Amino acid sequence: MPEPLLELRGLCKNYGALAVTDDVSLTVLPQEIHAIIGPNGAGKTTLIHQISGTLRPDRGSVLFAGRDVTALPVERRARLGLARSFQITSIVPGFSVLENVALAVQARSGSSFRFLRPAGSEAAINRDALAALEAVGLAGAAGRMANALSHGEKRQLELAIAIAMRPRLLLLDEPLAGAGPEETARLIGLLRDLRQRYGILLVEHDMQAVFSLADRISVLVYGRVAATGTAAEIRADPEVRRAYLGEDELA
Amino acid sequence: MRAALTRLAAPALLFLLLLAVPFLGIGGGFVLDLLTRAMILGIAAVSLSLLVGGAGLVSLGHAAMMGIGAYAVAALDAAGITEGMIVFPTALAAAALFALVTGAVSLRTSGVHFIMITLAFGQMAFFTASSFSSLGGDDGYTLYARTEILGSPLLQDRRSFYLVCLALLALVWGGCTAILGSRFGRVLRAARENERRVRAVGFSPVPYRLVAYVMAGAVGGLAGALLANASEFVSPASLSWTRSGELLFLVILGGLGRLHGAILGALAFVLLEEWLSHLFVYWRLVFGPLLVLAVLFLHDGIAGLPGSLRAWSRWRPTFSKRRSADA
Ligand SMILES: Nc1ncnc2c1ncn2[C@@H]1O[C@H](COP(=O)(O)OP(=O)(O)OP(=O)(O)O)[C@@H](O)[C@H]1O
Ligand SMILES: [Mg+2]
Repeated sequence: MPEPLLELRGLCKNYGALAVTDDVSLTVLPQEIHAIIGPNGAGKTTLIHQISGTLRPDRGSVLFAGRDVTALPVERRARLGLARSFQITSIVPGFSVLENVALAVQARSGSSFRFLRPAGSEAAINRDALAALEAVGLAGAAGRMANALSHGEKRQLELAIAIAMRPRLLLLDEPLAGAGPEETARLIGLLRDLRQRYGILLVEHDMQAVFSLADRISVLVYGRVAATGTAAEIRADPEVRRAYLGEDELA
Repeated sequence: MRAALTRLAAPALLFLLLLAVPFLGIGGGFVLDLLTRAMILGIAAVSLSLLVGGAGLVSLGHAAMMGIGAYAVAALDAAGITEGMIVFPTALAAAALFALVTGAVSLRTSGVHFIMITLAFGQMAFFTASSFSSLGGDDGYTLYARTEILGSPLLQDRRSFYLVCLALLALVWGGCTAILGSRFGRVLRAARENERRVRAVGFSPVPYRLVAYVMAGAVGGLAGALLANASEFVSPASLSWTRSGELLFLVILGGLGRLHGAILGALAFVLLEEWLSHLFVYWRLVFGPLLVLAVLFLHDGIAGLPGSLRAWSRWRPTFSKRRSADA
């Protein structure tokens, strides 16, 4: 087995008496899509926050490419190659779509302590940014203001920003939420492509997408990993059926 | 390209007008002095606008930067040093150093706390200046002579002082405009709007903000050194928090969205002040309502006035628009 890209060891997080993350241990291998499913409020987003560095766990550790990053802030983890998309869209509203992505490209393209040359005319940065927009199907909107995008388009932009970082691991929090059927098909195709290059930790409610994409699936219930396995194993797991999956979804 | 040109049109026109004034002989020396003071305030205001409008850092201590620049001139003057090649770099460096130290502390906070802590540092500078008994304490200090440039009394002459201030104003405006459009400025602007996003792509905003704060501080110091020369007098009043408030006022009045708005704000402020103070005694009362009106009706300040006028002239009740769209 290859060395895992991401390894969580005994992660715990409480909000008061509520255990939002309860002794979670899991791994994501290079070029693997590991999906996390679970009912609303199961603690999926909170878990992503702890991996990306927005939240500090109460106990346990986060290892990225063999290195303990538990104490590192978000921006350091991002520079190491950990990119995330937010469940609640987080873009720069007053920037154009292209500049939103260009910011992410700029972050991995040498020093940003450059004061005079216009950033908007840096061809190499714009080219990479446009490529990321093309990948998510948003190149046509490159010149528009980000706050003028529809909800679905903002989700695509969110993903383009993450891709533009050229990370080693993508943390995606419900990237398909709010996308129409056509967009969903395109995004599923995109995620399948991306797997060639990155490891992906995917939080998603769209079961069809999860079962068709994921190499492994973990089921999170009340902050605990109730089961981990391949799609087939998860479908067959009686506890998962009881705890989360409606019978009809499995039909 | 065209968009860039139209963006430059208003500031270019403004600088051309300011350049024309001394050659048109309007109103004699008095007008030149008044405009010189306005342009000096404009230099400080542009640097404050870089902080407030660009980086989202609302500083209520910017007068301290000016004051430190002014006191650098006074201290050197008291020591018999009036050479500009020494005086101006010293003024800039002193203000930059103050900005570096206070900024490193202030930038640990944000929002209201940042405003309060910059105010507190400004007050510390104010009381420090008041206690310089060798520089006149509360009474202030009158300069023996204006700063010389390479031994020549360039700043003595009213018109050349005006032109020097104009050139520096244009330089500061051009520099700050370039900075906002640069990689550095992009990080600043993004962090103002969405800090979480900026961190998530791998930037820590604080170093960028600190550098911006130091640069703005240095420019504030330059403005202070010029102001000391303009009035040939330095006093703690120039560091008072009301002066910081005035700077913030004129930046907002001029328009936060565009850097030349700060210059328009400074011009409007100085000219209004001059005009109103002749009209009646309690003229300062007018400034409050004026700012309220400007914020309510001129969302983008004076600099945004053309756009606002266009928007007003196009305004129709919304229901009639929808009807016609349906038809
Ligand atoms: N800051 C907070 N303080 C207290 N409780 C919180 C806080 N943030 C989240 N919670 C609670 O923690 C639990 C897990 O929330 P989380 O957002 O991680 O769930 P989720 O699995 O992502 O849900 P969803 O599928 O709806 O996105 C919820 O019960 C939520 O109410
Ligand atoms: Mg969630």
